[in-house]
Amino acid sequence: MMGGREAAVTTATEIHGRGASEGRRLFEEWYAALTSAPERGEKAAYVFVMGSLVELLRCFDLHVVFPEINSLQTAVRKVADEYLNLAEDHGFSPDVCGYVKADYAVQVRSGEHPMGRIPPPDVAVLTNACSTYIKWAEIWERMYEAPVFTFDTPGSRIPVPLKRAGTSTETPDRAARHAADSFEADRRYVEHQLRELIEVCERVTGIAFDIDRCREVLRLTNEMGRHWRRVLELNRQSPAPFDAMLEGTIYLGVANALRGTEAGATYFEDLVEEMEARIADGLGPRGEADEHHRLVFVGVPCYPIFRRFYELFAEWGGTFVSSTYTWFASGGLNRDYEYDLEDPLKSLAEGLLLGVREATDSLMFPDRALIESIDAFDVDGVVYHPVKSCRTVSTGLAASRRVILEERDVLALYIESDMMDKRVVSEAQLKNRIDAFFEGLRSREIRLAGSTAD
Amino acid sequence: MSGQSSTAPGGDAMPRLLELVPDAGLDEMLEHCRELVEAPDLPTVKRWRDAGGKVVGHFQVYFPEELAHAAGMLPVKVRGAPVERREADSHFGSYICSILRSSLELALTGRLEVDLFVTHPICDAARNLAGIWARNLPQPARLLYYPQNASSGFASRYLEGEYARLLAEIEDIAGRQVTEDDVRVSIRVFNRNRKLLRDLYEVKRETPWLLPVDEAYCLVAVGGLIGREEHNTLLERALPAIRQRSARPQDKMRVVFEGGFCEQPPLDLLRSIAEFCYVVDDDLLIGLRWIVEDVAANEEPLHALAEAYLNSSSYSPVQHDARKPKEEMLLRRIRSARAEAAIVSAAKMCEPGLDEQVAYGQALEEEGIPYFLTEFEEKMTSFSQLQIQLETFVENVLFASEDCEQEPLLIQVGERQ
Ligand code: SF4
Ligand code: SF4
Repeated sequence: MMGGREAAVTTATEIHGRGASEGRRLFEEWYAALTSAPERGEKAAYVFVMGSLVELLRCFDLHVVFPEINSLQTAVRKVADEYLNLAEDHGFSPDVCGYVKADYAVQVRSGEHPMGRIPPPDVAVLTNACSTYIKWAEIWERMYEAPVFTFDTPGSRIPVPLKRAGTSTETPDRAARHAADSFEADRRYVEHQLRELIEVCERVTGIAFDIDRCREVLRLTNEMGRHWRRVLELNRQSPAPFDAMLEGTIYLGVANALRGTEAGATYFEDLVEEMEARIADGLGPRGEADEHHRLVFVGVPCYPIFRRFYELFAEWGGTFVSSTYTWFASGGLNRDYEYDLEDPLKSLAEGLLLGVREATDSLMFPDRALIESIDAFDVDGVVYHPVKSCRTVSTGLAASRRVILEERDVLALYIESDMMDKRVVSEAQLKNRIDAFFEGLRSREIRLAGSTAD
Repeated sequence: MSGQSSTAPGGDAMPRLLELVPDAGLDEMLEHCRELVEAPDLPTVKRWRDAGGKVVGHFQVYFPEELAHAAGMLPVKVRGAPVERREADSHFGSYICSILRSSLELALTGRLEVDLFVTHPICDAARNLAGIWARNLPQPARLLYYPQNASSGFASRYLEGEYARLLAEIEDIAGRQVTEDDVRVSIRVFNRNRKLLRDLYEVKRETPWLLPVDEAYCLVAVGGLIGREEHNTLLERALPAIRQRSARPQDKMRVVFEGGFCEQPPLDLLRSIAEFCYVVDDDLLIGLRWIVEDVAANEEPLHALAEAYLNSSSYSPVQHDARKPKEEMLLRRIRSARAEAAIVSAAKMCEPGLDEQVAYGQALEEEGIPYFLTEFEEKMTSFSQLQIQLETFVENVLFASEDCEQEPLLIQVGERQ
């Protein structure tokens, strides 16, 4: 398929950007398949990135549609405002999640989308990883006859922050007991729901569930996950081989859309090869390494000006060596977890629960994982980008920033805009703040160099 | 929780929290309730703590208060307050509703002290409140995940397990064991309370001129701040007095107010509505009235509470239940209250409330029911624009019905005009 492996001896320059271009090609193919699915009488399932259950749906020959990805594509392709305006004309508030609005408009426009035509759902599956998923799917419940399966994947009951202000009356024993008790109960609930979902899918597709097929799909996700984690880990190198905010988002799209497929597993195997080659040749995301500042990105990128947003950092030699987006939106692939192929359903339930829980916990307390990243990736700046659209990702960021600044000697930038709505994206203001941030990083560098020289 | 019977249900040592003389008249009762509901320093909770009592603070919307009551703790509904925010805002980004900020403000400034705080992932912002709370306040914070897959065959068993775990924590904090019979006693107290609240809503529905929405609100809301036995006594005294009021029906429009499930509209906003309308039903503080029938007090109590949550309950934008499409539930509420129109409101920046407004609007339009769309914030202070628009809306509806026009009417208020 990708002609990557036989080129293992080629130089990094030759394969530089292969992952990005292959990613684009695979995406185009994926959208083309979605567009033509209804003609071929093929069915589609709508899913979300946090807890997508793609592995199960593949067992029923269902195409998977990620409305979140469809929505962000409208912003990247600079047509989001057409969709947002239509939704707002129909009564949606400017203050609600832009992804929901863009998808609502896609549905009203019978699937018309810049990447193709999105088929209507034959079934929709969502988890409570984000409460807005539930409001979103209720729109489809009203529009279509298709069954909507709202999956409970309960998150952690006890918020355990890295750092508390003052003393706590929390007893660690009680907290640990509570957490241990709830996990097994939750796993049983999730497994029960999986069986209920299987019945729904069998009814919708007329295909009987085949456990061996499920095993094979899980095996491919396991394989993809291993490569995905390796790719993320390779960015610990200096210079980092890729930009986790810009390229990471493309890779993330493939990881979601093609999980549980041969093509997806191979893509990431090839990507590891590309990144290792970049490292061997000392290359960074922009070819010749120009990395001056190693950054972590926290939040969701600014899609309405995606390329420019990236450039505002790249121009200063800033590279995002890590991005929380590649954790919480990777459907659990960031976890060192592999499905147990001996007991696929039990393991799928456990993997789903752990993946969603890790995502939601990391959104509540990004600082714990952030501090690990700051240390492991040798980071000198943290960029927080809370967005108007998404309270799931954004609510805890102001508090996280305080903790990070207390715990590590890094600079933090906190910029608010949106990932869909260009009315709240002011490039000039962003630039001012970003420039000031880099000037701060520069002066700190000089100061530190001075103190070392002393 | 053990199955042995107990003669000491949680409520036995509760201090009196209302400061009303035994023969207080209706006006005094109403005035006292209003003062308590508007007091940001929560005097009843302070009184309870001063008497050595412990408190479970639970954020909107629903909480099985019986569990706290059975352990002798005071369940307090955390519902924000129209206070000036000095401490809380720096913990949140810009696009967050007010109730979260003001609830945290009350806790950070020591006005609300709890021994256990429980929030629910009713929305993405409220889930994160647990984290922010845990970082900044010493007492334990917990998340209680209600089933959103209400039609799953496992949902009730799951919820029962959640209640059991939560009760174990409550026992730990209260420092006492809670028996099944303790919970049964509490269920009976709350069943009585729910019955009295249903009676109060019947007064609103059948004789709305006797009880304006703001007064009814205060009588209900005070229940989230005092012991339920005391609330029951209050309602038992207030209801007959309300029924004996001599007010005469006026030519006001019968409306349903929707949008008060979480952040609370200011009392003055409700008063402004009462000037032109009879609010014959609403979802204000729906959590206190979430369960709509008596909970079976002689069954296994946690099971009975879980079943009631799922199967004998109301609706709200933050609770998914495919068996109860919310727009159909709203239409049912409007019809059973014989309302002529609806006021469909949402708190500013409230994702679920604002999303639901769209569905409600579309359903009302299809049914030809006039509705008035508005946004509010708990700390808003100017209502003159709203009053003018509401008055216009009411006139238009009356005019349209005189003209027998069937076109639905819609007036939007707020930024979206
Ligand atoms: S609120 Fe955030 S996580 Fe939820 S659907 Fe919108 S963008 Fe996605
Ligand atoms: S008012 Fe809305 S956004 Fe705010 S906490 Fe309540 S449900 Fe969440």
